Amino acid sequence: MRLHLALITGASLLFGALPGAFAQSGSLSVPGTVEAGAGFSIQTTGSGSAALYIVGPSQVFKQEVRLGGPVMLPAGSITHAGHYLVAVVTPSSKQTASLDVLPAAEPASISFLAEPSRLPVDLRDAITGAAYIFDSYANLITRPLPVSFKLSAPSGAPQVQTVTTRNGAAWVRMNSTPQRGEDTFIAQAGSISVSRSVHQVAGDPCQLTMSAHPSGPQLELETNPVRDCSGNPVPDGTIVTFTESYDGGLSSADVPLKRGIAKAYLPAHPGGVLSVASGVVLGNQIHWEK
Amino acid sequence: MKSGRLLAVILGLATVALIAVGTIWPVSTAVAYAGGQGLFSSSSTPEQAVKNLGDEFRLREWSKAYENLANKNQFSEADFEHDLTGYYPSLRTFSTLESFGVFPLHASADSADVRLDMHWSTVVGTSNTTRNLHLVKTGDAWKVEWPLFKEPEVPPQVISEDYLRWDVIFRGPGDDWATQNVDSPHITIVDMHPVQRAEGVVVLGEILNQDVVPAYVSVSATLLAKDQSAIATESCFDKISHLLLPKQVTPFLIEFPNQQLSDVSAIRMSPFSSLVSAAAGPVIAINDEHLNPAPDASLTGQVVNESGKVLSVAHVLGTLYDKSGQVVWVVDKYIDRALLPKTPAPFNIPIPEDLARKISSQRTVVASFSFGGSV
Repeated sequence: MRLHLALITGASLLFGALPGAFAQSGSLSVPGTVEAGAGFSIQTTGSGSAALYIVGPSQVFKQEVRLGGPVMLPAGSITHAGHYLVAVVTPSSKQTASLDVLPAAEPASISFLAEPSRLPVDLRDAITGAAYIFDSYANLITRPLPVSFKLSAPSGAPQVQTVTTRNGAAWVRMNSTPQRGEDTFIAQAGSISVSRSVHQVAGDPCQLTMSAHPSGPQLELETNPVRDCSGNPVPDGTIVTFTESYDGGLSSADVPLKRGIAKAYLPAHPGGVLSVASGVVLGNQIHWEK
Repeated sequence: MKSGRLLAVILGLATVALIAVGTIWPVSTAVAYAGGQGLFSSSSTPEQAVKNLGDEFRLREWSKAYENLANKNQFSEADFEHDLTGYYPSLRTFSTLESFGVFPLHASADSADVRLDMHWSTVVGTSNTTRNLHLVKTGDAWKVEWPLFKEPEVPPQVISEDYLRWDVIFRGPGDDWATQNVDSPHITIVDMHPVQRAEGVVVLGEILNQDVVPAYVSVSATLLAKDQSAIATESCFDKISHLLLPKQVTPFLIEFPNQQLSDVSAIRMSPFSSLVSAAAGPVIAINDEHLNPAPDASLTGQVVNESGKVLSVAHVLGTLYDKSGQVVWVVDKYIDRALLPKTPAPFNIPIPEDLARKISSQRTVVASFSFGGSV
């Protein structure tokens, strides 16, 4: 890596220090553009041996050549897209030309950012996907390409959008579905596709209700199966808070849902008011008179 | 050159003189720590007997303290030591007696009552305990009748648990930059406001874990001046429950010592959350919560460990609200004894007297920790 940088820096300094000499030298015949990784030839003039330099933004190439004939560069010689300077240097002459290396036409990989990895159900434009298309040499393909995005839920029709890339990127927004579950989010360009998972989870509890029953000296408080407003069961582990207030006193318990319900035991106080809540959602109240 | 040599001679002579003075007339504390008897005076008065006992506690000389008790035949030395250090690992196990105060309550010719206030140094700050001691005179010496607190015994049993547990697998270090990762939990500040106190500005409020996974939460605040420059940044240390299960709410309190609210134009809040492995248990019930009015305003109650596991540390956090439901203050207390299964443990948390009359309701939560991992 250091040698690479040193070569690039050295070559840049060499050519930068002698602009007049290059202007006076003879010309090279190089293709205006080539595809990254493709082989191509450079036609030189003159005679004798010389050093060929091809210097680009992140790659430098050097080869001893014979002047007066074509110089063949095999496939895989120049792989990084960008604007290159081509120079043939002898002790007495310098020839220069420019060369543009373009990304390969065929997509080879997709970097696909899908956010978020987890979200509540039934939210509009809440899922974003951004795809960046690269060729086999990891060059961003900047020419417009169609990218297909597909979000598939375990049930129901998938959401599909096709977007053309701009400057190598394409992005979409999609809705979360009313049903919870593990969605598959796929971005496809050409024959290449990448998959991501989006976990759709239940929203806040809806119509949180509980019942109370005496259990010895205590009260057994138990919620009905806790569901969100779309009918999805709220995940186990969600905290439900039971509170009992009586004569200026209070008892409470933070209880996680187990198999969809929460259950707690609190001391029985005649006249006590029992309430239930989860997060910012309040449930029903019970006045315990027994 | 000459003055430097003179200074060296003077310093040398002074050192020799101080060593001689320290050897001939040592302070009692130094003698005691060196293994001598100098710290302890004769127990010729009730106060001196209790003071000797306190010094023995400070030096963790449990055997010596036990030997000097008047009622040692009523319990074993191990019971005595466990009373002071805890039978199960707890905050008290790893604490030392930092200081103590002796306060005579009553005395007659052959018996006396003395209050012993002990200030234990723990990893989360000072823990204060008080024991009212009865003393009897035996010969020329006074001896303490130690009021032993015996840990309740939990009957042998098998308790089944089926807590949900979350574990987290993050993206690997070698993965591509666009490889999917798991998002941090979504948390939100549901209440926040600053108050001016004598010691400075205090920012308090509540945080809700809106997500379906457990969150490690923290929050920091930056006070901004009128020109939007930062005056100070502080974060919440332990006036918060750092582990929040889904839909759980914690209070927070951030202190800015020596700051004036009148200098503050805005406050920038920075809540932080990250995924953390956790279990949805144990459940800790809080019974008989009471807001006791001034004077000696306090929040009292009992915490009950509903699980079958011994909990080493319990941190009780009380959120105090005014009539409109706004957070007025946050109080907290660590219970320095282990929480045994199904065994109530009382707590008593003082409330600032000037705020007591504003308080209309409260909500108490408990964070717990067991040695060997958070629970």
